Amino acid sequence: MTDKLAHFVSQEPFNPMKVDELTPEQEKFYMASQWKMMWWRLRKHRLAVWSGAILFVLYASILVSECIAPYGLQTRNADFIFAPPQKVQFFHEGEFIGPFVYSLDYRLNMEILRREYADNQDVVQPLRFFCRGDVYEFWSLFETDFHLVCAAKSGTFFFLGTDRLGRDIWSRMIYGTRISLTVGLVGIILSFILGISIGGAAGYFGGWVDNLAQRAIEILRSIPELPLWMGLSAALPVNWSPIAVFFGLTLILGLVDWPGLARAVRSKLLALREEDYCTAAVLMGAPPRRIIYRHLLPNFMSHLIASATLSIPSMILAETALSFLGLGLRPPITSWGVLLVEAQNMEAVELYPWLLLPAIPVIITVLAFNFFGDGLRDAADPYK
Amino acid sequence: MIDYFIKRILVMMLTLLVVSALVFIVIQLPEGDYLTSYIAELESQGEAADPQKIIYLQKEFNLDQPIWKQYLLWIGGILRGDFGRSIEYDLPVIDVIGEVFVFAIILNASVIAFIYIVAFPIGVYSATHQYSWGDHGLTFIGFIGLATPNFLLALILMFLAKKFLGISMGGLMDPNFENQPWTFDKVVSVLEHLIVPVIVIGTSGTAGMIRRLRANLLDELHKQYVTTARAKGLSNVRLLVKYPLRMALNPFIADIGNLLPQVVSGSVIVAVILDLPTTGPVLLDALRSQDTFLAGSFLLFISLLTVFGMFLSDLLLAVLDPRIRLTGGIAK
Repeated sequence: MTDKLAHFVSQEPFNPMKVDELTPEQEKFYMASQWKMMWWRLRKHRLAVWSGAILFVLYASILVSECIAPYGLQTRNADFIFAPPQKVQFFHEGEFIGPFVYSLDYRLNMEILRREYADNQDVVQPLRFFCRGDVYEFWSLFETDFHLVCAAKSGTFFFLGTDRLGRDIWSRMIYGTRISLTVGLVGIILSFILGISIGGAAGYFGGWVDNLAQRAIEILRSIPELPLWMGLSAALPVNWSPIAVFFGLTLILGLVDWPGLARAVRSKLLALREEDYCTAAVLMGAPPRRIIYRHLLPNFMSHLIASATLSIPSMILAETALSFLGLGLRPPITSWGVLLVEAQNMEAVELYPWLLLPAIPVIITVLAFNFFGDGLRDAADPYK
Repeated sequence: MIDYFIKRILVMMLTLLVVSALVFIVIQLPEGDYLTSYIAELESQGEAADPQKIIYLQKEFNLDQPIWKQYLLWIGGILRGDFGRSIEYDLPVIDVIGEVFVFAIILNASVIAFIYIVAFPIGVYSATHQYSWGDHGLTFIGFIGLATPNFLLALILMFLAKKFLGISMGGLMDPNFENQPWTFDKVVSVLEHLIVPVIVIGTSGTAGMIRRLRANLLDELHKQYVTTARAKGLSNVRLLVKYPLRMALNPFIADIGNLLPQVVSGSVIVAVILDLPTTGPVLLDALRSQDTFLAGSFLLFISLLTVFGMFLSDLLLAVLDPRIRLTGGIAK
């Protein structure tokens, strides 16, 4: 016979929380949702945050393009053709008088047949803020003439110079932002839908569906994108309205771009459909649609968003390239690519280098999207 | 190995067939054909088109046949080496494409060679010296290179060269050599003019390649067999070359499938800007004037270039990696 096993019983009242009492910070961390953790992770990526901020400002600006631009999209200043950028000055003869520009003196040099502009240091044209300028229709809702900045009365303010019709390039660039940035967004939405549907079906059903989708992806990827885009956009009827061409172009961009995304979705689904919770859902009678969208996709939605962010710049670039080649958007719709058409003539660019300036927002946007997307991708899996 | 080879060739043929159908559909998409625009042009000049000539041209180019029959005639001709006639140039397509396409192959092959030659040492250096200043600097430059659109880079370089050096960078050779027989000097001139486009087209590909090689090599370097080999006293260089590098090389070569379409795409638009007599400008003209056979043959040739490139990379992989030879699949 053995004695009863001796065991210790604490006399204190039982408190189940006692052992792992969490500090408020720990609690916050453990209770955080996935998206919150992604945000914390992203915040550490300085470059990505700054890029995100730049993109935010750019996208915010397209809501109020008309107000920010000092001139209208089609306003011609017939007296100032190919005028150089006017520098914003603050000090006149050593005295601070706020932002202003010197007036431009124009002279036609008959010897070399060239327009020559010079700053007239005597005439000061202070910039006006929150002022009345060119009349425009705000989002085709109501007419107004409010601008953030305008030139002095009977003065000029060509921040980035003018083009061959005397149109202000800075204003046109601001208007172009609206088109260039939305092309990428609309295109990516389309390619997102196609990619998820096709990749989802391929990964979930497998078999011949998968085979078919795989071959389609392979074939589409083996045709170089740009020539294919060129061929497709050359097929857009000439008599379409510019708006129709815009939507036609985004359709083309989305139609060619989905294979990358579809491939990512497929490979993830192939692995995930073997999970127990997926089998459970099947046994409970959920249809494939529900299983894919409800149970499987949320697993890697963050990854998909990150990779979509990374493919927006390629769409923006494609639009710019196509418009530049004259196969994309057509005036009066103005995008950065349409503006760059003016820069095709190297002789003109040599004389008026400011025609190249619309390339700068393209590069900034593409860089920002790349850095931001890269940060997102790193943050996409916060549990690692 | 032979089985694998035959299988790959069959797949390639099938791919090309589907691609050709796709290309034909794309080319036929625009309303009307070359003849309608030709008639419209004549009418705008106040001349009436000769109905006899129209009917003759329709017959000549099979424009009166249904689409599927036109396709079959076209693809049948190609298989016999007859690519049809360019309406715009009034020459057989093969004569228009011939020289242009040779230049395109030279250009694209040089870009690919440039990418591999530059990316390989930099990628290896970046991985073996992770987080050093050199690595950080190269990564940053690579990022910029990856994100800078190549046609804008071409535009800016053209401007800078014109502005500060006073030279025109366009063209594939010195204007003096055009239409001259091939001499040593001409070859040198072509090579000189190739440098800028090769760098411009290759930048983003190189940057991407460096990043991928670095990532792959880093993955391998942290594996246990490396530690074991080092513990056994293998010298650094010998260890690197013998094991992890060979593993990391696999995706490096498989990547040509992503790289080629990108390079060919880039070369099309850069060629337009730098005015190189390769596929870009001619394709653009053909698309604009609805020169069906010319544009179609171009798109097909360009796709052929990438499909064949991928085929070559698959073969190379099979030579390099015994696992692929064994299973007939691509180890990813």
